[in-house]
Amino acid sequence: MKDLLVRWLVASVLLVSFAGTADAQLEIEITDFVGKRTPVAVVPFGWEGETPAAPFDIDDVIAADLNRSGRFRPIPETDMLQKPDSSVAVDFDDWSILGVEAVIIGKITQTGANAYSVQFQAFDVFKREQLVGYRMPASLGTARRVAHRAADMIYEKLTGIPGVFGTKVAYVSASGSEAARNFSLIVSDIDGENPFTIMESTDPIMSPAWSPDSRQLAYVSFENNVSTIYVQTLRTGNRIKVSSRAGINGAPAFSPDGRKLVLTLGGVDGNLDIHVLDLRSRELQRLTTNRSIDTEGTWSPDGETIYFTSDRSGGPQIYRIGVAGGSPERISFEGSYNARPRLSPDGGKLALVTNDRGNYRIGVLDLKSKDLLIVSTGNQDESPSFAPNSDSLIYATRQGRNGVLELVSADGLVRQRLGSGLGDIREPVWSPFPRY
Amino acid sequence: MKFHQLILLGLAALVLAGCGSQNIPDPDPDSAGTMVDTDYERDTDGFDDDGMGDGEFIDAEFGSDDELTMVIYFDFDESDLRAEYSDLLQRHASKLANDGRAQIRLEGHTDERGSREYNIGLGERRSQSVRRLLLIQGASADQISTVSFGEERPAAFGSDEESFQLNRRVEIKYIN
Repeated sequence: MKDLLVRWLVASVLLVSFAGTADAQLEIEITDFVGKRTPVAVVPFGWEGETPAAPFDIDDVIAADLNRSGRFRPIPETDMLQKPDSSVAVDFDDWSILGVEAVIIGKITQTGANAYSVQFQAFDVFKREQLVGYRMPASLGTARRVAHRAADMIYEKLTGIPGVFGTKVAYVSASGSEAARNFSLIVSDIDGENPFTIMESTDPIMSPAWSPDSRQLAYVSFENNVSTIYVQTLRTGNRIKVSSRAGINGAPAFSPDGRKLVLTLGGVDGNLDIHVLDLRSRELQRLTTNRSIDTEGTWSPDGETIYFTSDRSGGPQIYRIGVAGGSPERISFEGSYNARPRLSPDGGKLALVTNDRGNYRIGVLDLKSKDLLIVSTGNQDESPSFAPNSDSLIYATRQGRNGVLELVSADGLVRQRLGSGLGDIREPVWSPFPRY
Repeated sequence: MKFHQLILLGLAALVLAGCGSQNIPDPDPDSAGTMVDTDYERDTDGFDDDGMGDGEFIDAEFGSDDELTMVIYFDFDESDLRAEYSDLLQRHASKLANDGRAQIRLEGHTDERGSREYNIGLGERRSQSVRRLLLIQGASADQISTVSFGEERPAAFGSDEESFQLNRRVEIKYIN
């Protein structure tokens, strides 16, 4: 019971703190916890500077990140018996009593005008030793990134899995009246903060895809009532038209080396087939010729195989084909509708949209055991995309008439919701790891 | 012409007819808070013709003969054309065949269920079945382009079968 209360409190505090800055941002709402979460303590960071208090929060961001991972439960500040900000002051007995397994302390020191030094240390309470300690420069503009990076380092030390708190998500938002819709392609931090619109249009925008260096996004735009694939550089805003052939140009995805795009072309006769476009030479290779719909191509992490959706057997199912061509092999067999494959970066799992007893849900297919696990609970769920650490996914679901985003651990046990009250949001794609 | 558009036209006609009759008084003179004149007193029942212009009946406009229906609906998960559209599509084909400069864009749409890019494919399949029929019936290939918006541009925004039916469609757009 106390556990439940704490969870509720943590979730509420998160909601309130995000609501305060939630102008055009995605709010976070934690919807499902299953399983045991490791108690940790993130002690309020110390502060040395001109003002009475630090101008930004680091410990709150770290605690929120660890909490959202679903693996950890940061204890409330009011439970803490001490609040050390240096390692000499840490009393491991005080933390053992609380059952806390890791304690994180830190300090923010002002070093100049809008210049700060952030240091943190994480300790294993049972072994009574330091897990990781690090010091980073920060400014008002970089403080959140610094905090996410600290959380990533702590998470990796505690779990052995690289953290993804410093990653980003691209998504499409539809706003305005039903008669006059406005579509935006937005990139935000994975926690919904710092949304940035990279492209806006009164015509639909679809199918964003990250380049492997996360500097570019490919997407489909319907400006002037034709479908066109663009590749846009985030930093400059410059975009290049890479495919605008007659008929359908759709479903782009970058190869792991970033040199090619797999895409869907329909031609004047509307036979959708999988093609590979070399971005430098503009050479186009056709991979499928079947008269059915072949679309939603995506690359295996080794760049050797392309997985795609095809309805050559009647309804949509997942197939794969070698990049050199050949005959496709069917991968999905469970159910009448399996579409939009996306591989985990470790290559072991395939996320897809599956019809689960009348509901469109996100499935995770274990490519070795062939087990299909349904990880979402809506009836109109779509566009799954794996985190770069393969440990969780983001996808779109419905809340009333609007699309919202949900994150779920790959085992389906932890779920959280982003983006309530922000209009109609769809097609989230998780970025690669950040470049620190 | 969709049924709900007919209803709208009918309503518009009623509203316009209402506008034709002038000086309908406020039924509650006290609430206006102004001086009440004798004409007004006489007029409170609203049926007095005095000072009222002659009304006129308004016909709903259904368009001339060559304004053809521009939306074709499809059954769930189907791109086959319903028999009811054969006459309509024949008339579109004739129009194209008779005017070589006429050009159309066929915009295929689906309901919101399922994967977005796969729905682009389903919408295109619908555009193409209309295109094939028009070609067979005398239109030429360079007069017709197709595009599929999949589920991206719904005509109705509900998540119910009524909306889904209105969204499974091909819109015929004359572009010159």
